[in-house]
Amino acid sequence: MQFKSMILSNVELSPGYFRMRMTSPSELLHSVPGQFLMLKVTDSIDPLLRRPFGLFDVGSFQPEYDGCGTRAYTEILYKVVGKGTRRLSTLHHGDLIDLLSPLGKGFDQGPAGEEKILVGGGIGLAPLYYLAKALVGKGEKVRLFAGGRNRDDVLCITEFERLGVETYVSTDDGTLGERGLVTRVLEQHLKPEGQRIFACGPTPMLRAVALMAQGKCVPCQVSMEAGMACGVGACLGCVLKGANHTDETPDYRCVCKDGPVFDSRELQWS
Amino acid sequence: MQRPDMTVTVAGIKMRNPVMTASGTFGYGAEFADYLDLESIGAMITKGLSLKPKAGNPTPRIVETQGGMLNAIGLQNVGIDAFIAEKLPYLKNVATPVIVNLYGNTLEEYGEVASRLDGLEGVAGIEVNISCPNVKQGGIVFGTDPAAAAEVVSLVRRNTSKPMIVKLSPNVTDVVSMARACADAGADALSLINTLTGMAIDLDRRRPVLANVTGGLSGPAIKPVALRMVWQVAKAVKLPIIGIGGIMNARDALEFMLAGATAVQVGTASFLDPAAAQTIAREMEQYLADKGIASVASMIGALES
Repeated sequence: MQFKSMILSNVELSPGYFRMRMTSPSELLHSVPGQFLMLKVTDSIDPLLRRPFGLFDVGSFQPEYDGCGTRAYTEILYKVVGKGTRRLSTLHHGDLIDLLSPLGKGFDQGPAGEEKILVGGGIGLAPLYYLAKALVGKGEKVRLFAGGRNRDDVLCITEFERLGVETYVSTDDGTLGERGLVTRVLEQHLKPEGQRIFACGPTPMLRAVALMAQGKCVPCQVSMEAGMACGVGACLGCVLKGANHTDETPDYRCVCKDGPVFDSRELQWS
Repeated sequence: MQRPDMTVTVAGIKMRNPVMTASGTFGYGAEFADYLDLESIGAMITKGLSLKPKAGNPTPRIVETQGGMLNAIGLQNVGIDAFIAEKLPYLKNVATPVIVNLYGNTLEEYGEVASRLDGLEGVAGIEVNISCPNVKQGGIVFGTDPAAAAEVVSLVRRNTSKPMIVKLSPNVTDVVSMARACADAGADALSLINTLTGMAIDLDRRRPVLANVTGGLSGPAIKPVALRMVWQVAKAVKLPIIGIGGIMNARDALEFMLAGATAVQVGTASFLDPAAAQTIAREMEQYLADKGIASVASMIGALES
């Protein structure tokens, strides 16, 4: 659906990383972790297009003023990388923005009783928090493997821990958690069965996780990112190669409509 | 005062208002049903269809530019058979004219796609794409040479009794000679402009941003070029003109009508705001009401000099 949201807070968590909370229609409470939103950072034509963000959290809050019941909020986590996010980072409490949400296909949370393994790289942690909340709410055992280049890239770990998620952190430079790639830590914890992986992060990390999961026969879903114009499956700008894609028999999948969450076996990783 | 009369007729297709959705920016219609009332717009134009399904170009396919965007989708589409089987039944239940955009990889294919659509219930007309800048065949060859364009248009004419709109490229030296060639070859209306060929470069990586290297520029950045071309063509040919290019709001749309357009197509604006076409139609009506103008048709070519 399309709606106007009021920004409730927009806070810099670590250099260049922001967490923004905004009001939402109550329909968003029925969104699925892994789904995303598209927001217009300005009414002007520069930047022209909306920007996609995974849903970091959706919930209810009690407004400060009296006489109203609870209202829904949506949160996103974002990194300032260009014109759009820079502009977004200058918005304040009370500013209005135009949103399309919830969009796309979310995570399939799988059967109860499995160990749910979340793997996030940098800003890829964003959709995993909403997922962790849903899984913990159902009584599932959840582990998070979070990675980044340095400690500034690893966000909201205490939030996950507060949910009761067991967390494993690694950074390239060792400034937080273990030194090295998140996939190395992950590998030590994979078992032949009873696990399910949910991953979001940079494509090289997702490729490594997907191939490792396939090698160990662990079901694995990945949340993908791509430049997109519309978010509703019309522009066909955000496609990825499907597993059986060849130049002669092309097979493209739309990140916005067929994803952003895919079974890792649906996509081509070479 | 009475509500302004918003109806216009293009190539025999009667529309409730002059706002159409441009090919390639509105999917097959259903994608947008959650965001606007499909029965509030003048007409819908489908994603460009070919005889066989087409997968399109490698990625990246789109990039935002100053006041616009470049795309090199490569005419990805489900093909004519899947359109008829899977997309058209839904559209038949929408009381808004559906115009099918089509192209061929060869001259013969243009004729074949047109004949498949001829007589098909639920298809109000066709728009022939001779102007896609992003594929080697399927357009640009026919879109830049008046003689080749005339050949395509007359072939399609022989294969259809549906109203035929021909979509023109701006990537030509003289758009008027292209327009005349299409008019003489049997087009019922002309739509212009398709995207302007452009390019974006990633300075740090020293590479083109798009996998296709070049792409088609759309959005507000191209509006002045589009207005100029619509104005030139409207003066030169008798056919109804559909204005396209960077229309973001009602004022833009009405400017195109002053320049000589009978109707307009909204494209990139639907990406920013999926309800754009409906909003623009409503605000056009409001503008006319505020100014005491009784009919939108009175705006066509009403530019004063």
